[in-house]
Amino acid sequence: MALVVDIASWLCLVAGALLCLAGGIGMIRFPDVYARSHAAGVIDTGGALFILFGLALQAGFSLVTVKLAIIGLLLFFTCPTATHALVKGALAGGLKPLCRELDADEAAGMADEAQR
Amino acid sequence: MRLVGLYLALFAFWLLMSGHYEPLIVGFGVVSCAAAVYIARRKDIVDHENLSWYLKPKLPFYWLWLLGQILKANFDVATRCVLPGNRIDPCVFRTPANQDTSVGVVTYANSITLTPGTVSMQTWDHEIRVHALTHDGARDVLGGAMDGRVCRVEGHTKDGAEDGP
Repeated sequence: MALVVDIASWLCLVAGALLCLAGGIGMIRFPDVYARSHAAGVIDTGGALFILFGLALQAGFSLVTVKLAIIGLLLFFTCPTATHALVKGALAGGLKPLCRELDADEAAGMADEAQR
Repeated sequence: MRLVGLYLALFAFWLLMSGHYEPLIVGFGVVSCAAAVYIARRKDIVDHENLSWYLKPKLPFYWLWLLGQILKANFDVATRCVLPGNRIDPCVFRTPANQDTSVGVVTYANSITLTPGTVSMQTWDHEIRVHALTHDGARDVLGGAMDGRVCRVEGHTKDGAEDGP
């Protein structure tokens, strides 16, 4: 049983590490700050989630797991707020995204396509 | 009343975080929680909307659904990060947010940001400007599935009709 938990825990830790690595590579490869914020999103959602869950499996049912869960909750409220502040700051600073803004008709068309 | 609730929540949090139950340490907790509540009252940041929103019965189910979406989107964006060639076609667009309360709109905007591949750039009362990494991601947001689910947490559909508790 301990072995099963250990294997599951390590699988989660490795998955989290790989997601963080992928996010890091994306942050370097993507062209502008807005696209890069998506790669950063992989790190602070998937990467953090898998690593915290893997660590919780290592800790078992204890106060440490409660603390890890609270760290997870904290990340899930603060990370999007920080990302939003960063992106809004870039927008307010006059940095144009390297793509165009869809007008209302195009957006409505895509909404119809999605609902079909 | 709300102050008492805040005090109890803070104190429970203190006990969980410390893990020490000697009179001295618990005494420190009593005093610092009282100080935190006093400051919160002076700064007038205790509001009721916040708390009642997070006590909605459907919220845990929404979080579970959101978790599934986050995992799917993570896999998608991570592969686009590492595979060779240009695999992104970003776009910016505005999407409606049909929630009644400001906490509802914030939850929706945060959910968009939490899902890799879409980031909320700017919010108004009932509209959000979103940057999407791909047009497929944009289509998912514009389809309104997530918008509808956050609305149902509030107890109505996104068209404004009543929906059971």
